[in-house]
Amino acid sequence: MKRKTFLSGLLEYGGLVLVLVLLVSVFSLATDHFLQWQRLQIIANQMPVPIMVAVGMTFVLIIGGIDLSVGSLVALSSAMFGLVITNWGGNVWMAVPLCILVGTLCGLINGAISVAFRIPAFIVTLGMLELARGATKVATDSRSIYLGKTVEGLDAPLPWLGLSPAILLALATVIIGQLVLTRTVFGRYCIAIGTNEETVRMSGVSTKPYRIAVFAGSGFLCALAGWAYVAKHQTVDPNAATGIELAAIAACVIGGTSLMGGRGNVVCTFIGVVIISVLQSGLAQMGVPDAGKQMITGLVIIVAALIDVIRIRLTGGKTQ
Amino acid sequence: MSQPTRFRARGLTKRYGKIEVLHGIDLEVGAGEIHALLGANGAGKSTLVKIIAGLIRPDLGLMELADQAYAPNGKQQSESAGVQIVQQELSLIPNLSIAENIFFTKLPSRFGWVRYRALHRDAAIALKRFGLHDLDPRTPTSTLGVGQQQMIEIAAALNQDCRLLILDEPTAALTATETDHLFTWLGELRQQGVSMIYISHRLEEISRLADRISVMRDGRMIGTYQASELTKQQTIDLISGTPEEASADKPAFEQADPQTASVKPFTSYAQANPLMSVEGLCGSKIQDVHLTLHRGERLGIAGLVGSGRTELLRAIFGADRCTNGSITVGKVRRQLGFQHPKQAVDAGIAMITEDRKHDGLLLSQSVQSNLSLASLKHRFSRFGLIKRQHERLSGSQIQQQLQIKSAGLEQSVNTLSGGNQQKVVVGKWITHQPEIYLFDEPTRGIDVGVRNRLYDLFESLAQQGRGLVIVSSDLQELMETCDRIAVMNAGRLMSVFTRGQWSEEQLLQASFDASASSDETAVEGQA
Repeated sequence: MKRKTFLSGLLEYGGLVLVLVLLVSVFSLATDHFLQWQRLQIIANQMPVPIMVAVGMTFVLIIGGIDLSVGSLVALSSAMFGLVITNWGGNVWMAVPLCILVGTLCGLINGAISVAFRIPAFIVTLGMLELARGATKVATDSRSIYLGKTVEGLDAPLPWLGLSPAILLALATVIIGQLVLTRTVFGRYCIAIGTNEETVRMSGVSTKPYRIAVFAGSGFLCALAGWAYVAKHQTVDPNAATGIELAAIAACVIGGTSLMGGRGNVVCTFIGVVIISVLQSGLAQMGVPDAGKQMITGLVIIVAALIDVIRIRLTGGKTQ
Repeated sequence: MSQPTRFRARGLTKRYGKIEVLHGIDLEVGAGEIHALLGANGAGKSTLVKIIAGLIRPDLGLMELADQAYAPNGKQQSESAGVQIVQQELSLIPNLSIAENIFFTKLPSRFGWVRYRALHRDAAIALKRFGLHDLDPRTPTSTLGVGQQQMIEIAAALNQDCRLLILDEPTAALTATETDHLFTWLGELRQQGVSMIYISHRLEEISRLADRISVMRDGRMIGTYQASELTKQQTIDLISGTPEEASADKPAFEQADPQTASVKPFTSYAQANPLMSVEGLCGSKIQDVHLTLHRGERLGIAGLVGSGRTELLRAIFGADRCTNGSITVGKVRRQLGFQHPKQAVDAGIAMITEDRKHDGLLLSQSVQSNLSLASLKHRFSRFGLIKRQHERLSGSQIQQQLQIKSAGLEQSVNTLSGGNQQKVVVGKWITHQPEIYLFDEPTRGIDVGVRNRLYDLFESLAQQGRGLVIVSSDLQELMETCDRIAVMNAGRLMSVFTRGQWSEEQLLQASFDASASSDETAVEGQA
């Protein structure tokens, strides 16, 4: 039994870890200073925002939904954070609750509208993408606002570790997310709903609250990411996190999450984020221009999806 | 019949796995003949016409169309040979116009552009030919009533070169006037020499329309008769099998399934106190249903496909809305029944649905996830955390009890055989330990071994004092396993038969007989 779980674990994570190891070794051979603790610290400290957004996205994709509004929600919640500090003279501890409240509320609205009126999440969250981005611009008067060092707390590297509390918070969301997914009734229902919602309903489970909760959770994680964003840049930027929804979906897909729902793994999504980040900064260090970086990243996403399909065929499962 | 033979089939045989569903069927249809095909549920009518229409291929047997060998492989080939089928489910594309639907496979075009003027002209001609003058060919079919859609469907079939038209219950969705209209029209087609195979459960229609009648039973062709020579009673006798015939039939049947040969003696565990009573329940396709289920009772529900049996179970389970009536479980009476399956499950009701792939299983998930799905909250969690050891222990117990054959509990369900999948669905509810089980066609497509295991399970559940409602198209099965059998007919629960007071013939009579609905037979049977 033990060996079997180890083997299936290897199958689940092995491919991804292998890709990551390959990438790192290629970059360490191709550049001079890639495999250095300092270098890795820099990469790690860039990752909190995409990690937290991707964790929420994993749950959304697992129930068979999609959330396009994540980038705008990061921006809007960080703008709320900034408003508390600049306009209302508050401090960080007053800013954080409001920031989280706003993000969660927007996610809740996404879920409630798409569930109550049976509108595809794609449409509702597309609307929210525009709405929240517009609201951000109203709140910031379409300008970047510098907040000062006082908000850096979450991003200041811990002296004994060299890593910021933000990345630790992000790792915590990965671990908690994975535990929720695999060990709780909520997680089990999410997977079941994504697999066949009618079966779940006919098994005596009311599915609507769970679907709404998943979107609210995605909004909550976007708000945490918004906090991390403000801490990192000490600035509120109306154009913050533009396009991050696609990066998050890409990370999920690289991690083997099915866009059809019913299958996904938070840890794999995390590795997906790491792969994208390593790829980006490695290519940058090699001096590859932005255009080239974009093309290679795109290629990696498609290849990852291909590998996933092949892996599923080999293990005998069925894809839609 | 003086007409030449248009279609002839010899010895058509079809097997699914080990189960033979058609045993050497012979059939002849004359030119310009309306040939009715009758039989109870599962007699093999649909399989037979699907073979004729080229939708499935026979394992054995030959067919001839107009004295030429005919062995279609796919719908295209049968259509080009002039055989058209109109099935029960409508296959029109709702957002396309009438004209586009009629000419769907051969739209007039030039360089890939549809020539709409020519299309609409041709469509108008086609509609006029079928007496549908008042329809604009540009109308999207989604705006038409079901009856009109059915007419368009038949018009589309006939617009191709059609020599043999197969109609599978064409009047199921039609009103009386639409039915009259259709019949006049079919009469005209007969005049034009089109041959028709007509499936219907409505015997009055058959006597109005058909020239000859072929009756099927248990995958065999019982015989072909002149319609004018059969009375309604004789027809029902043929469908059900008269006592002599039935006994002559039996040995052959048992040869095929040796394990059904030994019928176990029936023990009743029904108690006097009611577990659930349904009063005046109305909903989609069901009308004013009254029934009482007692502790330890196995209540069968017979009836034709489409008589509202599944809808009744769904209405009781809260899966469909009820418009009137009430359901009482224990001491709690609920007006309009349950609003969501969750409420029904909380009240101790379970439903084993007919289509396990559609709403019974999480196909890509493990046996374990499926088994515990209905019981996670109540049995396998504390503060939202799953008690995994507890869950696994129960899982392996259920696996052993039902003998689910899988390589461990982690195997995904879509790799299991149909019988084992069904055991998983049943196991999901056994895990939940409800008081009332609603089974919808629990043994469809399942081999004899699993079926017998399910019958044993029914018995032991009854012994524990649970109440079972079993919907089945297999009368033999109901007569073998149930304390009482209720018959549904056109959405109403017609009559309830008690063990010892029923015969297959009576049950079929109640299923087929539309006039019986006026009898208001006493329905509250005594246990």
